[in-house]
Amino acid sequence: MSVSAFLTDPTLCIGCKACEVACKEWNGLPQDGLEWSGFSYDNTRRLGASTWRHVLFLEQPRALGPQIAAAEDPFRWVFLSDVCKHCENAGCLDACPTGAIVRTEFDSVFVQPDVCNGCGYCVVSCPFGVIDRRPDDGRAFKCTFCYDRQKAGLVPACAKTCPTESIKFGTIEEMEQRAEARVAELRERGYSDAHAYNAADTSVGRTHALFILLGEPEAYNFPPAPDAPAVHLRSAWTMALVSAAVGFLILCLAFLR
Amino acid sequence: MSREANPRSESRLDAIREEATRTGHVAGSGLAASASPTPSSSPAAGYYGLPLLKAPVWTWEVPLYFFAGGVSGASTAIALAARIAGRAPDLELAALWIALIAALICPVLLIADLGRPSRFLNMLRVFKRQSPMSVGAWTLAGFTGVVIVAVVADEAMRAGLAPAFTGGVTWAAEILGAALGLVLLSYTAVLLGVTAIPVWSENRRLLPTHFVASGIGSASALLELFGFLVPATQMVGFIVSAWETLVGASIELRARAVDEPLRRGRSGWAARAGGTLAGPVALLLRIFEGSSPGGRELAAACFLAGALITRYAWLWAGRASSANPRALFDLQRQ
Repeated sequence: MSVSAFLTDPTLCIGCKACEVACKEWNGLPQDGLEWSGFSYDNTRRLGASTWRHVLFLEQPRALGPQIAAAEDPFRWVFLSDVCKHCENAGCLDACPTGAIVRTEFDSVFVQPDVCNGCGYCVVSCPFGVIDRRPDDGRAFKCTFCYDRQKAGLVPACAKTCPTESIKFGTIEEMEQRAEARVAELRERGYSDAHAYNAADTSVGRTHALFILLGEPEAYNFPPAPDAPAVHLRSAWTMALVSAAVGFLILCLAFLR
Repeated sequence: MSREANPRSESRLDAIREEATRTGHVAGSGLAASASPTPSSSPAAGYYGLPLLKAPVWTWEVPLYFFAGGVSGASTAIALAARIAGRAPDLELAALWIALIAALICPVLLIADLGRPSRFLNMLRVFKRQSPMSVGAWTLAGFTGVVIVAVVADEAMRAGLAPAFTGGVTWAAEILGAALGLVLLSYTAVLLGVTAIPVWSENRRLLPTHFVASGIGSASALLELFGFLVPATQMVGFIVSAWETLVGASIELRARAVDEPLRRGRSGWAARAGGTLAGPVALLLRIFEGSSPGGRELAAACFLAGALITRYAWLWAGRASSANPRALFDLQRQ
């Protein structure tokens, strides 16, 4: 089995939201409200239990790459399709007490809907704020990396429908190389703030969703330096057991005095 | 609506046309529609200020469980300490009963909070060291069984049923019960500390000391309210209230941005009210009115109320923290 990954490129995205529609249709996801956000053309706003692809619309007072129009009053509109990162050290997977969240043969992180009991611990354990509990259903859901399609040798629905190949899909090595090459190409063409967003240097490790970003990750609501919560297990447990032991010693002293 | 032209807009349009004709370019930032702020996505504002993290989905049952689990776990530790000292057999039995009743309430609260309560048994489907919730679920299950044995054996021993055997079983069950109880008492701090929520994660070293002091203090205060106004519970009351005072003072004096939910808004007021009741109020009552039973009972009641309120404050603080991407960016850019 190949270890697959997404690479999402905002310089190719036209903001059509075909990925959002394809994901909803293929996975049979319920709608999550028809509300106007007032935030550019983004009325989806965030990833959630029923939204596994989300197209961000960034309006920024900056020039887009080599753009020369309106040099004194720059403006750019950046689109990027966000998705579950499928982390190597996944907070949700570590937190899940039932074993409902598993690692698949494609190295993706998958929630088994027939096992999840809706404890909600994964929700607070995702450093990217991806997974959520569906209120009417009670279970937690997120992107499956189209496990069913990949199992059948097919490309995930979002990547398949993307009309501009802004969402690329392939082996993780290939995607990492393409991200590097594309960033170099963009910089050469004047996109001086283009860079690859990759958590590989953090405790989260390699992710199976790579992104090219223009400008700071904060503007995309991407954590600049995410941490896998499990790295704090040892220090937290040590402190807990030491506190409990001290507490017991105090009790013994109080009763023996 | 009148269809007559607005003279101000008309003159502005003429000016734009004139400027465009003359220079081939129009300067100025354009017009903002009334009452609609121009949205902007920037490193400072994040993505339109929308939350990056998901809010905790836990409801009112969970803080109440933290409280009940703390009382239950700490009560077994008190029972064992009393047994080792050998001076307060009635208090020991009462503590065991409190531990048992509180332990039986815990699973009800936890199951009610699940999205799929009928699947509660899935909690014991696997054991995962890396999941504090899995460790906690197994601890609670084992602890409850051991406490049932301890209560039955202790009662049987007191009734004179095979005292040598039931006495031995009581010792074993109380030692194991206290060990598991101390884990039950403190693991909830790990549960919160090992998450992506900044205000919990950044307090992962403070939380265990707070939860342990709060749990032991609550169990001791409950015993006092049941009439065990012994010197030991008074001394425990002094120490835990002093510690809770220090915890509150450190949150206030360090004044970290990440702790803002503990100082502002609903969660901030709850944290301050709970911390004050369990800390300085209970401490001063013990210092000045500690010689009278009424004063001690009032101190115990204040501590219990404070401990319960602070558990809610921590959940609410987590919600407020998850909604503030700014605090997370600042932390990660440090």
